[in-house]
Amino acid sequence: MNNPYADLRANLKRPLFVPFVVIGDPNPKESLAIIKTLIASGADALELGFPFSDPTADGPVIQAADVRALGARTTIDDCFEVLKKVRQDSSIPIGLLVYFNIILQRGIKKFYEDCKACGVTSVLIADLPTEHMHEVSDVAKRNGILQVCIVSELTSEERLKTVLMHADGYLYLVSSPSVTGVKDSVLQESIAALITRVRRNTDPPLFVGFGIHTASDVTSVVKAGADGVIVGSRIVKDIPDLKLIEVACKELRSAISFPSSV
Amino acid sequence: MKSLGQFGSFGGMYVSELLVPVLSDVETAYLDVKNDPAFQKELDRLLSEFAGRPTPLTHAKNLSKAFGCTVLLKREDLLHGGAHKTNNVLGQGLLALRMGRKELIAETGAGQHGTAVAMIGALFGLPVKIFMGSKDIKRQASNVERMHLFGAEVIPVESGSKSLKDAINEALRYWVSHSKETYYVFGTVAGPHPFPTMVADFQRVIGDEARMQCLERFKKLPTVVTACVGGGSNAIGIFKAFLEDKHVKLVGVEPAGEGLETKKHGAALCKGTVGCLHGAISYCLQDNDGQILEAHSLSAGLDYPGVGPEHSFLKDSGRVQYEAVTDQHAVQAFELLSKTEGIIPALESSHAIAQAKKIATSLSKEDILLINISGRGDKDMDQVREYLSSKENLSSSKGAGCLPAVPRLTPKHS
Repeated sequence: MNNPYADLRANLKRPLFVPFVVIGDPNPKESLAIIKTLIASGADALELGFPFSDPTADGPVIQAADVRALGARTTIDDCFEVLKKVRQDSSIPIGLLVYFNIILQRGIKKFYEDCKACGVTSVLIADLPTEHMHEVSDVAKRNGILQVCIVSELTSEERLKTVLMHADGYLYLVSSPSVTGVKDSVLQESIAALITRVRRNTDPPLFVGFGIHTASDVTSVVKAGADGVIVGSRIVKDIPDLKLIEVACKELRSAISFPSSV
Repeated sequence: MKSLGQFGSFGGMYVSELLVPVLSDVETAYLDVKNDPAFQKELDRLLSEFAGRPTPLTHAKNLSKAFGCTVLLKREDLLHGGAHKTNNVLGQGLLALRMGRKELIAETGAGQHGTAVAMIGALFGLPVKIFMGSKDIKRQASNVERMHLFGAEVIPVESGSKSLKDAINEALRYWVSHSKETYYVFGTVAGPHPFPTMVADFQRVIGDEARMQCLERFKKLPTVVTACVGGGSNAIGIFKAFLEDKHVKLVGVEPAGEGLETKKHGAALCKGTVGCLHGAISYCLQDNDGQILEAHSLSAGLDYPGVGPEHSFLKDSGRVQYEAVTDQHAVQAFELLSKTEGIIPALESSHAIAQAKKIATSLSKEDILLINISGRGDKDMDQVREYLSSKENLSSSKGAGCLPAVPRLTPKHS
């Protein structure tokens, strides 16, 4: 399967800027405008969450986004509608972050078919470790949807090999074994060590996420050798202010192009 | 992982990749102690010296007369701490010590599990953090006081619905980022593997004892065994010993809240559908999109939208029958046992008593009906009083066709 993330990384000759928001936050209509703003403000790819009532793998900022989206009665159908509209005028790679129960209730087959119909590039299931991944992998492959997996410093060498057998989109590297949200400054050294360790074994691009808030966090991650930088909570906290979101995106994005100037 | 803890198509370990190494450590340590005589000996010693096991099997003679069969009560209400929770926290606490962990964390809804963990934190000299929904903190002030008295820190959870399921979410999050030094004492037979299996192993002492006590005294097994089901740990605990005794009927009782026909209940098995919640596939209350709904029960300990995966398996296999009892019938049973036997049951356990009353109508004098009294009800006095007074107001207002009861001395017209 071809990999749009890897292709883009090769073409741009620099790491990708990947902002994250929850679809439907604060409501489906404004959410579409926010996603369009992300694209217009320099996003190279998007990571978009489907709202879930019990997002155990996310921190308080993302959970609050889920609560707002569900409070506005955002349905999974609405999420796919928003995706379709985003696709109408952009070919940007789109990764989804979804909790397994959402997929289960829609039906695994239907979920991935809907993803394909909306031009989704990859799916990361927040609560599906490799032990259970076979439950979706065939259907994902058949629909041309790439799988994204998470690894952290705590991931053992043995486990890393298993994860790599499943990940064909990108690898989501977690700088510290925590959940998304505010963290102390990202540690360049530990990310670099993790990247070196993973790089030995793999081809798919390595994106770093969790706890990236400032331009200097971005610089650290870029210098550590990441292929992409995922920024979630930092952007979500500015929702629904389009102007603030634009400013944040541009600042973080420029730290990728000019890492030494920061 | 050595296994995924699956019960047929239920259970599993549906958690973030980041939690897998953490759960894997717990599984390894648990498999290690499971067959270690020294660990079992220490656990047995604590269960007897600290917690007061074995708990009695009480022949409830007045209730037997009223029900027309032999009613036996397994008295987990007499366990130190006031409920079956102590069995589980002693086991997991010892495991945490084995693993060299420096801190215990736990979620709590009504505060019973939180209090139990705080209690053994004091016993084992380990600091304890309890995650509790801010709504529940207000509702359960006396349990919060007890946790504080044991020296635990109670962390209010402000996210989501601010109750049990959000406390679980928050505790899981904390665990992921503090996994090296922290042990998460899970409160019930739900959650990801290895919790459903491990908690069931620590609770099965209830049934093992009850089965033996019943055989010794009555020379036969009970006809029916019944227990309440929230997450389902006391029920699994008593059912386990009887699963192979095919002629013993097992009945789990869920909270029907204000009625199964309303949205205000917590009957995941009776009214829910199969989904993935808190790391396991099991029945749960959810909408068509898979968003988890809030449960409702007057009994805070049953107020959970999911249920342990083994119960889902036992339901589908037909080995256990699951029924539901309303708040109203549970309160009536609460009063019934208090008045007939001088035993105040927990509101949770009152659900099982109410169901037992229904079951008894099809039993005869020779039949033995075993009810698990999972906890004591002193904690529920305020709740019951409030419930009864609100019902009284409701019925008197209905009768009078006007607003709440006013003293009859005042003239009705003004």
